[in-house]
Amino acid sequence: MTAVSLRHISRRFGDHVAVRDLNLDIESGEMVAFLGPSGCGKTTTLRMITGLIEPSSGDILFDGESVLSTPTERRGAVMVFQKHLLFPTMNVAQNVGFGLKMARVSREETAERVKEILELVDLPGLEDRKAHELSGGQQQRVALARALIVRPKVLLLDEPLANLDANLRITMRHLIRSIQKEMGITAIFVTHDQEEAVMLADRVALMFDGVLQQVGAPDEFFRTPRTTGVARFFRNGNFLRGHRRGSTIHTDVGPIEIVSTSETVEDGPSVLTVRPEEVRLVNEETDQENVVPAVVTSLIYMGSHTQLTVTIGDTPWQIQAPAAFQARNGDTVRLLLPRGHVSIVADDDTATTGSAEATLAEGSAVL
Amino acid sequence: MTTEPEKRTGLVPRWARWTAVTSIVVFVVVPISTLVVWSFAFRWNFPNILPTEWGLRAWSYTASDSSRVLEGLWNSTRLALLVTGMAIVVGLPASRALGQHEFRGKSTVEWLLMMPIIVPALVATMGIHQIFIRLRLTETLFGVALVHLIPAIPYFVLVMASVFANYGTALEETARTLGANRYRVFRYVTLPAISSGLLVASMFTFLISWGQYVTTLLIGGGTFVTLPLVLFPFLSGGNNSTAAAISLVFVAPAIVVLVLTSRQLSRDSALMGGFGKL
Ligand SMILES: Nc1ncnc2c1ncn2[C@@H]1O[C@H](COP(=O)(O)OP(=O)(O)OP(=O)(O)O)[C@@H](O)[C@H]1O
Ligand SMILES: [Mg+2]
Repeated sequence: MTAVSLRHISRRFGDHVAVRDLNLDIESGEMVAFLGPSGCGKTTTLRMITGLIEPSSGDILFDGESVLSTPTERRGAVMVFQKHLLFPTMNVAQNVGFGLKMARVSREETAERVKEILELVDLPGLEDRKAHELSGGQQQRVALARALIVRPKVLLLDEPLANLDANLRITMRHLIRSIQKEMGITAIFVTHDQEEAVMLADRVALMFDGVLQQVGAPDEFFRTPRTTGVARFFRNGNFLRGHRRGSTIHTDVGPIEIVSTSETVEDGPSVLTVRPEEVRLVNEETDQENVVPAVVTSLIYMGSHTQLTVTIGDTPWQIQAPAAFQARNGDTVRLLLPRGHVSIVADDDTATTGSAEATLAEGSAVL
Repeated sequence: MTTEPEKRTGLVPRWARWTAVTSIVVFVVVPISTLVVWSFAFRWNFPNILPTEWGLRAWSYTASDSSRVLEGLWNSTRLALLVTGMAIVVGLPASRALGQHEFRGKSTVEWLLMMPIIVPALVATMGIHQIFIRLRLTETLFGVALVHLIPAIPYFVLVMASVFANYGTALEETARTLGANRYRVFRYVTLPAISSGLLVASMFTFLISWGQYVTTLLIGGGTFVTLPLVLFPFLSGGNNSTAAAISLVFVAPAIVVLVLTSRQLSRDSALMGGFGKL
């Protein structure tokens, strides 16, 4: 069943369009990650779902009914922010119980449920602590408990882990994921970290500049990125231009066979891509299909593998070679682009160069 | 060229602490103790260090109807309270808008707010006087209170705007999504968070109204008598002891406020952060 529907929603701030014609259905009990570079409109979309701001156009439906005329406090879309987490003048129990107090739930029941939910987030017995007496991770869990206790229709998490250190972030990801599944809560999770999105979400919605680029299961972003920009965001900058005829793409370095998809893609100019970890190095004598020559331009030993940069024709490609791989700059190597891993992407480089490059830089810093 | 970092004892440099102590003694302790001595003096002639005869005459006169001190005290009190109340009603939404939102013409509004600090309130009052006569607001409590708002509002709004700016909107938005309507967000989230700042701003406002002389005289037309109006004739001539006693009545709230605010300020460092923005 569809819990939340976003229908053609747009949001303008003056002349600036923060979100443009966004369409998305979120199933009940599903966890969707909104992913995208800074300023792409993730928070704006969440705020429209809560009703804190109104869409300039379009409609938002919860369980099939428009909520545009329902004020924030009656929508049941609960938001957890990255900072300014807890009410500073209240203790943990008052923070967690806040939503129940607003719903005029009795004191006894509130105390009971606060105790329960604090156990669920692994913070039993901390009721009387003040916000500033908790660590960052504990505050984050209290904020999560405060949201969960009201059993939200949809839980909105706006980069809730961005302020935590790496280890804590991983623990929290697991905690959030297991609680969300256990309680069957519909949730949207905002992040600009693709790894986090992939780990946590049932589906990922990637946005650039206010426009939804691709929605799907995490692996689709690796196997079949829709555009060059999407591929780049997922740290794949390997593109080769060619001309498509049927299931063959004719490139300057020879024909590349692809698995013909059921969707009818038109013949004509196209761009193919293969992820760095799927490209294989093969020796001279092979007579397999999809083998292309390339020239080594750099080689970085990374411990678990060697990061090889080559040029195919004059296009740079990244390849994840075995750790023991040896070569000198200028050497010619032969690359196998396995048929099952070749996919066609739409070329949107002109539109997203800026953000894609920023992401690539970010990506290589992590690699 | 490099300068040696200041030698510090604790958080506050030693010279700053001495300056503070010295100025409190020179500007507060000495004048007030002198006033206390004067108010109980019956005969005090040069060159005696202390009065030669003591008495309660000044104080009993101060408490009598003919001095009009009690009337002035009553008027000053309700006037300052009314001004403070109006400043809160008008100034709280305004300072919230200034502190938390960006809008067109914001800098103009900020500039206009500074005007009464730069241009003496007297000038504005002269202009308003004519209008108030026509509206029959002269010689009334409400009319005088309105005029006191002119010098008071800028301070109130500037203090509160920085409090709001520091505090942000995320907590209020969280509360909204958790099911609190606007009123309950204000009651349970905003008010507790800004309360100490609001206390300080209100006390400032109270004192500004308390100290007004010329504006009260012009709009009150001499019929609406406040403490400064009662005090002034005694200062410009007449009995020193009586002037001292009335002055003490006059400064009492200021001392109370000074003590209360300093306690608030040392307790609430977040608010100090707020002042830092000013
Ligand atoms: N209240 C506002 N007034 C004007 N512009 C705004 C407002 N809120 C957001 N914007 C603009 O809309 C765009 C999207 O902002 P948004 O906060 O949704 O980005 P985001 O994807 O959440 O980014 P980040 O990852 O940095 O949080 C930005 O260009 C931002 O400057
Ligand atoms: Mg954001």
